[in-house]
Amino acid sequence: MARFLLSRLGLTILMLAGLVLITFVISNVAPADPAALAAGPDATRDMVETVRKEYGLDRPLPEQFVRYVGGLLAGNFGRSVATGHMVAEDLARFFPATFELVSVSMTLAILLGVPLGMLAAVRRNHWLDHATRVIAVSGVALPAFWFGLLLQLLFAVQLGLVPTSGRLEVGTPPPPVLTNMYLVDALVAGQLDTFWDAFGHAVLPAIVLAFPCLASIIRVNRAEMIEVLGSDYVLAARAHGVARARVVGVLALRNAMLPTVALIGLRYGWMLGGTVLVETVFDWPGIGLYAVSSAIAADFKPIMGVTLLVGLNFMFANLLVDLAYAGLDPRLRTAP
Amino acid sequence: MSLLEVVDYSLAFDGFEGTHQVLDAIDLAVDVGETVGLVGETGCGKSVLAKSLLKLNDIPPARILSGSIRFDGRDLLALDETALRAIRGGGIAMIFQDPMTFLNPVFSIGDQMAEVIRARDRADNRKRGARDVRAAAAALLAAVRLPDAAALLDRYPHELSGGMRQRVLIAMALAGHARLLVADEPTTALDVTIQSQVLALLADLVAAQGLTLLLISHDLGVIGALCRRIVVMYAGTIVEDAPAAQLFDRPLHPYTQGLLAAVPDIGRPERRLAGIPGSIPNLLAPPAGCRFHPRCPLAIERCRRERPALRRIAAGQRVACHLAEPV
Ligand SMILES: Nc1ncnc2c1ncn2[C@@H]1O[C@H](COP(=O)(O)OP(=O)(O)OP(=O)(O)O)[C@@H](O)[C@H]1O
Ligand SMILES: [Mg+2]
Repeated sequence: MARFLLSRLGLTILMLAGLVLITFVISNVAPADPAALAAGPDATRDMVETVRKEYGLDRPLPEQFVRYVGGLLAGNFGRSVATGHMVAEDLARFFPATFELVSVSMTLAILLGVPLGMLAAVRRNHWLDHATRVIAVSGVALPAFWFGLLLQLLFAVQLGLVPTSGRLEVGTPPPPVLTNMYLVDALVAGQLDTFWDAFGHAVLPAIVLAFPCLASIIRVNRAEMIEVLGSDYVLAARAHGVARARVVGVLALRNAMLPTVALIGLRYGWMLGGTVLVETVFDWPGIGLYAVSSAIAADFKPIMGVTLLVGLNFMFANLLVDLAYAGLDPRLRTAP
Repeated sequence: MSLLEVVDYSLAFDGFEGTHQVLDAIDLAVDVGETVGLVGETGCGKSVLAKSLLKLNDIPPARILSGSIRFDGRDLLALDETALRAIRGGGIAMIFQDPMTFLNPVFSIGDQMAEVIRARDRADNRKRGARDVRAAAAALLAAVRLPDAAALLDRYPHELSGGMRQRVLIAMALAGHARLLVADEPTTALDVTIQSQVLALLADLVAAQGLTLLLISHDLGVIGALCRRIVVMYAGTIVEDAPAAQLFDRPLHPYTQGLLAAVPDIGRPERRLAGIPGSIPNLLAPPAGCRFHPRCPLAIERCRRERPALRRIAAGQRVACHLAEPV
């Protein structure tokens, strides 16, 4: 097990190094001139050159790369040329917002998706099965921005059940900063009112974000469950008088969860990188919006920072999936 | 009174192409302490019949067309899931064909044994602590002559050989002290030396615990080694039922005769193996009359029209053939 973990960790570091190299290369072959952009449209040639020097953009590429990597190792992602902010500080502000949203979404998708998939498999061709199929299909088919606007109109504007957008009510001060995830920070500080305020704001965007993921969890879990329920070992358990609820909920579920766990890991990575639409609709100050505005400004340091952070999380999620797999399936534990 | 009594039991599977008439008017009674072998070609419905005894064929696609199954005087088809759970493993226990696929790959042997033991406890309204359950599991493994049973509890199926796995499956079947043991091709997936060890184990268990045995196989050698009585199935029907010695000596149904002629005889290698011409019928549209008539060398007009009843022809011997004469 320790060896398994070490080899995975080594692989992760290697992939990360590759990612750093690729993002660096791509940002330097792009035709935009970051120094000119930073200096502004009215800048003279001299001013542009001054900016170029100031940001170290006049150095040879290999030297820039070494300096960049050195900075990364010290937790320094460089400085945005558009705003002059330290990228690390921006990331620490925007990433937790997205991470919080994605985590709420994922929890929602798992807590609903696994039981629904199971139920659909057990009650195959029953109305319940058809009902979950509607969710599964619409989850794939509905565009996020349209679905988000629809929910906003219905639940926020018409019914007034939840706020339309943002992370907190206008008058509510954010909880003391610890992780920058308001839900966590509010709980830690014991500010329950702030917690529910933040939670109310997260509900609609989380649902919109969760929907496609919920759809695939249902589909995969249902298909896998049907297969497992038809297996010989399930037949044997039934023949030995094990109650159906136990057969389905304990014995078969563990087998059926294997592909679902892999799916969850992948989806989690995608979600982190794919929140832009939802963040736009719900005015959620997350990493997606940050990445898009940086991309529009051809501001490469923030883009590279976002890419690396999302990539790092993606790899971390995959590591967790591998560990969960080994926990669920003993056949993988003895494998070299 | 018979321990198991199947009367006029017919079962079909509904599928896209139509209805497969898999079991047709099965009549079979097994007395306490008997060892009965059920033999027939692949696809003739042996496993479906075995599963029927525990109502394990899912409805749908299965559909019971007629008949009844009684175990120990109780009508199984009338029982609900809860009542059935007491019978499954507690009255009738099953051993299956393929030890590779009938054990759950992601649970340890101990966990799987415990699951079965707890299911039995629940049916008997009994409660035991985890330690006692584990001890019971180890005792069961020891009863099937698995060495180092306690250590085995923490192993996983993929770490065991085929023979060991089959013993684990047998141990699970013993957990509920069932009176009837149904073994569906328990040795087919094993190689020959392991096969004979497992058969010997089964024979000992049956003798020591006074079990009633229904052993399913397409191998007459396996059945002859363990069973005093043999029931022959063809395409979902019982065609002959006789004491083993009598059946080997004087088979009365043309299909049984063909089956015996197809068994290789090591003592007489010069004898030409006589296989049965033709192939097993499509159960979507089984032949009218006797289901064997298209392949029967002796078939007459009546066989094409009229389904032969399973008649008692001689002491303990029943045959479903119009041509069989009382002896
Ligand atoms: N769930 C099912 N749905 C449809 N048809 C089925 C189903 N289970 C079994 N059958 C059909 O029932 C027939 C009998 O199958 P069964 O498994 O009982 O054969 P068998 O005698 O046990 O054969 P083998 O020696 O290969 O184990 C086969 O034609 C099979 O196709
Ligand atoms: Mg079979």
